[in-house]
Order: sequence, then C-alpha cells, then structure tokens
Amino acid sequence: MANLAVRASELVKWFGEGEARTYAVRKVSFEANFGEMLYIVGPSGSGKTTLLSVISGILRPNSGTVRVEDKEIWSLTDDEIADFRLNTVGFVFQDFHLFPRLTTAENVAIPLILKRRNWNESIKEAMEYLEIVGLKERAHLPPVKLSTGEQQRVAIARAIVSHPDLLILDEPTASLDGDTGRRILDFVKKNILNENRCIIIVTHDSRIFEYSDRMMKMEDGKITEVLKGDLNEK
Amino acid sequence: MIGILKLGYKLLVNDKAKFLALLVGTAFAVFLMVQMTSIFAGVLQKSSSTVINIGAKIWVMDPGVQTPVYSIPLPDYVLDGVRSIEGVKYAVPLYSGGALVKLQSGVYQSVTVIGLDDASLFGRPEVFEGQIEDIYGENAFVVVHDQEFQKLENPKIGTTFELNDHRGVIVGIAKVTISGLFGIPTLYTTYNRAIQYIPSTRYTISYILVEPKSKNDTAHIKEEVERMGYEALTADEFMKKITRFYIFQTGIGTNILIMTVISFLVGLSISAQTFYTFILENLEKFGALKAIGIKGRELIYVILFQTTFASLTGYGLGVGLSSLLITIAMLRVPNYTAKINYLNLGLGFIMVLIIAGISSYIGIRKVIKIEPFDIFRG
Repeated sequence: MANLAVRASELVKWFGEGEARTYAVRKVSFEANFGEMLYIVGPSGSGKTTLLSVISGILRPNSGTVRVEDKEIWSLTDDEIADFRLNTVGFVFQDFHLFPRLTTAENVAIPLILKRRNWNESIKEAMEYLEIVGLKERAHLPPVKLSTGEQQRVAIARAIVSHPDLLILDEPTASLDGDTGRRILDFVKKNILNENRCIIIVTHDSRIFEYSDRMMKMEDGKITEVLKGDLNEK
Repeated sequence: MIGILKLGYKLLVNDKAKFLALLVGTAFAVFLMVQMTSIFAGVLQKSSSTVINIGAKIWVMDPGVQTPVYSIPLPDYVLDGVRSIEGVKYAVPLYSGGALVKLQSGVYQSVTVIGLDDASLFGRPEVFEGQIEDIYGENAFVVVHDQEFQKLENPKIGTTFELNDHRGVIVGIAKVTISGLFGIPTLYTTYNRAIQYIPSTRYTISYILVEPKSKNDTAHIKEEVERMGYEALTADEFMKKITRFYIFQTGIGTNILIMTVISFLVGLSISAQTFYTFILENLEKFGALKAIGIKGRELIYVILFQTTFASLTGYGLGVGLSSLLITIAMLRVPNYTAKINYLNLGLGFIMVLIIAGISSYIGIRKVIKIEPFDIFRG
C-alpha cells in the first residue's frame, strides 16, 4: 500500500447534456505506483487526456474517485486542489506552454514562485534543474531561442523543480523526431524517475513504448487492454 | 506574493510592443485630459484676477453681476448703508471699467481701469518702479507690468496718453498676482479720477469692498446687504460665482467637458483593447499557470497589478508631458493660460483608475473562464 501513488476507481466523465452527451471516460479503474512509468496509450479521442486531467486534479469527474497518496482529491476545495496540483503534480504539456517573455530559468522557476518562494532563490534552484537537463548554459535565453528538444527538456525541468510525487507527461514526443523523443524518454527514465515518484505518460507514439514499466490501452473511454504488466500491479 | 506579482510584471513589460501601446494610450489620454482641464483652470483663475489682485474679504455688488469685468453700478448711498452695518470695520468703493486710451503713437488701445478708494488705496498693486503715493499726483496712473504691458508701447514713468480727452501720465509700474483673461492692459488710478475720466451713471459705484471686524460678522453683513436688495459675497464665493458663469453660461465648460470625455474614451479604447489583446495572446499561458497551481484570486491580483502598473506609469508620463508642454508654452507664448492643480490631476487620476478598472475587468473575465483542461486538450 505504501507503494501506491494513484488509485482511480470507477471514473466516469462525460461532456454535453441530453442527446449531445458524449462519454470520454467510462467507469475506468486502475492503479499507479511509485517508481514506475505507466503509459496510457490509444488512438486520438479515446479519452486518454481526459483521464489524465481527472487524475491530476484538473478536470472534475462526474462520478468515481481518485486517491493520490491515499487522499481523495475530488473532495478538496478549489484552493486545496490548486495546492495539490502545485505541490504534488508536475505537468509536461504537449505544447510545453513555456512563456516566451521570460528567460528559460524564469520559466523553470515558475512552480517555486507560485509556492511563494523568494525570486532569487527560485531562479538559483531552477538553474540546478537546468543543469540536470543539460541546459544551464542557455538559462538566460527565452525559450523561443531553443530547439524543440531543448524546449521539451525545459518543460521537464519546470515539471520536476518543485519535487512532485506524480509527474504527468502528455504526448511528450508529439513534436519531436524519433531520436530526440527516445533520448528524452531515456533521460526521464534514468534521471527523473525514482522510487518516490510516479510518472504517467499519455502517448500514441509506439517508438517510445520500450521505456514503459506498464502500459494500458484506452479506446472509447475504457481501458480495453493491458499491453504490458497488470492493470493493478503492486 | 511579491514573486507572483514580479512574474506578472515581467510578462507585461517584456511584451514591449503591447506595453508601449498601453503606455502610449494611457499617457495620451492623460495628457489630453490634463491639458484640457488645465487650460480651463487657467481661464477660470484669470477670470477671477480682479478678485484675487484686489484681495478684499467681502464684495458688495448688484445681484445680476456675473463677472468683475461687467459690473452693474450701485447707487452711492449703498456705500453709506454698508458702512452702517454692525460688524463692518470699513467699506470702500471700487471702480472697475473699460476705456480706450490714445497712445503717443496715435494708436487706440483698450484698457481696464481700476479706481482705488482715494483715502485708503485699498487693493493697490505692488509698485516696483515709482511710488504708490504718486497716484495722487495730477493725471496719475499706475500701469501693471504683465504680458499686456507692451500693448501700451512699453510705457515708462512719465509716459503720457489720452483717455476720454483727458491727459494721463504713468507715475508707477506695478505687478499683480494674476493678469486678466482678455489680454487687455490694466491701469490703476484713484476712484475719484476714474469716475471723472470715465463717466458713467451719476452717483454710482462698481463695487463696495468690505473688511469685517471679524470672520463671524460675515454672515450678518451678508444678510444686511441682502435686505438692502444687493449681494455681498466673500472672495471665495465671488470666484465660485465667476466659475459657475464660465462653466454653465459661456459654453467653455461644456466644450472642455466634451473634450475631456473624448480624451477619456480614446484612452480607454486604446488601453482596454490593447490589454484585451495581451490577455487573449497569453490566455493559454494563464491556463498553464492555472494547471500548474496558481489560485484564481492570485491570477486576479496579477491582472490587477498589470493594469494598475501600466495605467499609473501612463498617468505619470501623461502628467509629465502635459507639464512640460505647459511650461514651454508659458515661456514662449504670451498670455498662455493653463494651470495644473490638484483638481485636474485628481480628475485625470480617477479617469485612469476607471481605465485600469475596465481593462482589468475585461482581462479577469476572460482569464477566470479559461479551464486548465483546455490547455491539456490543446
């Protein structure tokens, strides 16, 4: 039980009402553990991103529960959920969503600044994480001056700078070529994943499947297949 | 929280084009608003120049008088009546009227003639060349050295002119606190010489200037004068009456108000639209901040800070620009009338706050609605 990071039970999420109602997630249950990279794969429109949003405290489900570190997140208030996302979850968005008007170091420091940490201390700590992702020498540049692969690493540095227990990567290789994508995932597996962190990745890029510890396939809002490992592996 | 606001500051300021547009919009609006209202304040101040320069505490006049320039003569027995009111320390007559003088070159020039009480010379200007006592000399006049002075062909002591077929001679050159509004030179002489040289209806007085024994007597004096069918106003009340006249009965006030409102709308539209564009362009980024964990109210603080910072910087630039222009104009343009006071600065500030408020409202409304899920969904 101490190894369990996320437990999703009977999750249901729909959009629209009446005849226009569309089910994005249909009674999905699964568990994710610390120290593993869990992949959720499937075709576009299968509900992967919706499921990811529900378990990371971004999108409220219509029914079902999500327990992260044994805490039921959807019983929290809006402010508590914001704190949960800030303190427990690290996000790497598909389009990175880096701030072009800030330097790379300032981009990485954002979660620390939101945690009300001192500006200079936050930048200093961000520099350490830029060193981890190999971009310390580019810290003063705006993200637009970096290559796509470098921007991806900046996004990863931003996601891990606040020491999140749960790291969420949404289509992390969608805008990268095959080699760069593999290098990034290799880097994440070797340097970012540890026994106190759970990484959940949504992707449909089969070139990076090899880095997963477990892999679930979603279709039409349901987990239809476990491609690697078990659904509730301990 | 300072770090979060600094983040907002950097997001705003580093977007140089938008920030510049915001500053230009606000500064331009403030510049126009302050300029318009300053010109109006200058007009109002100059329109009260006689009241300010004479310095009497209470003015007695016909109730129909709107400005000191157009006096309605009072019967001279009113002076005796006022002097007999309890609480009056002293009361003196004042002549104020217009005349044409023929200069040595043969040119005719309009002037304002102020006739001071012969006994006390109450309301006399500060003479810096010659002696005020020389005003009792034959045909003596004291000329005010202001922007209009050169219209009298830069007279010196001893310069003569003609006024209603009377000879006049300059015996002193004086300065006053404020020059008049209409660009006409001012001559001071004694009351008796003024009514002798510029005859009006017999036994009449332009104004009666009153000094009360104490401030508490003012109300009683006003009541008694009103009972006589005339009006007694303190200097402040008289200036307010003049202000009301220029605002409501000349059209100047309405036109200035329209220009000020247009300036406000121009500033509002530029600033609000630019800020809205800024928000739209950064909407995804604000959504990403929400996903990362910024709270709704912190996002509101960021936007309020951004609009307030841009507006106040624009306000400072606008006021600075306006002050600079007015200063240069005053140095270069004779008779330029403008005055920056706390009222027009305050008015500009309030309007800038409204601009900031509306811009913030538009931005906050948009940002609050963005869902972090939209960022995930792409």
